[in-house]
Amino acid sequence: MRTYRADLHIHSVLSPCADLEMSPRNIVALAKSKGLDIIAVTDHNSTLHGPVVRKLAEPHGIKVLFGSEVTTREEAHCLCLFETEVQRLAFQQFIEINLPDVYNDPDRFGYQVEVNEEDEIIQQVDKLLISALNAGINEVEATVHRLGGLFIPAHVDRPMFSLISQLGFIPPTLKFDALEIFRITDPADFMQKNKYLQNPALIKNSDAHYPQQLGTVFTNYLIHEPTLDEMAKAFKQEGGRKVVL
Amino acid sequence: MTVDDVVKTLNLKVFCGEEGLSRQVENGYTSDLLSDVMGHADAGSIWITLQSHINIMAVASLKELAGIVLVKGNKPDEDTIRQSNIEGMPILGTDLEAFEITGRLYQLIRSA
Repeated sequence: MRTYRADLHIHSVLSPCADLEMSPRNIVALAKSKGLDIIAVTDHNSTLHGPVVRKLAEPHGIKVLFGSEVTTREEAHCLCLFETEVQRLAFQQFIEINLPDVYNDPDRFGYQVEVNEEDEIIQQVDKLLISALNAGINEVEATVHRLGGLFIPAHVDRPMFSLISQLGFIPPTLKFDALEIFRITDPADFMQKNKYLQNPALIKNSDAHYPQQLGTVFTNYLIHEPTLDEMAKAFKQEGGRKVVL
Repeated sequence: MTVDDVVKTLNLKVFCGEEGLSRQVENGYTSDLLSDVMGHADAGSIWITLQSHINIMAVASLKELAGIVLVKGNKPDEDTIRQSNIEGMPILGTDLEAFEITGRLYQLIRSA
């Protein structure tokens, strides 16, 4: 086993709120310069930039997980992560079925552009990606797990768009794989304030919207290889695998 | 005024938690952030929201609210209904938007 450094919450130019410098090419270059072994590009309600980032990262030995930061009906943000293109496409379809017919106004919210590996714009996504899906958190969780993905509520203790802000506290029946705590939160302090939680795996990511943020916050995984499956086992502390904040 | 009085006057639908219809209504609170309701709603309030997740039950019980009104035709989730019936915390419904039903409830409570 060895330690892999992972930042699993990164926004690209596809997210309206992200900087236009967050192209797949720049994200990979930044990940390399920050010494990251595993990254996930998690745009709001979209997985579209996964494949191009994976293709660009592969020659550098950086593992790319597919995924999205989904806004549930309750307006809680949740990271949904996948390994394979088949899983990604199935989840993308679930998102598109549940994304409301509300359209983006780039002047107000920012551009939502999909680009290729040369940073050339392929398309502007019309529907507003920061809307809440017509799917509750339990339905999103069930879908992610049915597809074999990981379900990780994002920045759960942030005062907005988090599980705790929207639903008051972490629902005891919610089947999450790990909880992402806010980047400045002290894990011990978080557990002190949320004593009802039973030994949850806690992780941190950068939630980068700008180049200078990427990789500034990360989590180390002691695992055999950089796969979704190994990370799932690290969350459960199986066979000595673990997550180190 | 009881929850039942409010149901009859404002023509609300009763989804579940009928046992609690005799609770006294003292006030109202309108919010969709459960963290906000936990921090600021007064006991004996009717809570107006569009959230239907089971956590609304825990928040309502914790704050000793009189009942919950779901707006815009929203329905409680199945596990929410189950918990509401166990605790006798009425969950009510209306097709009106939060603005409209809040105004009507405000008038009713303040004129009582």
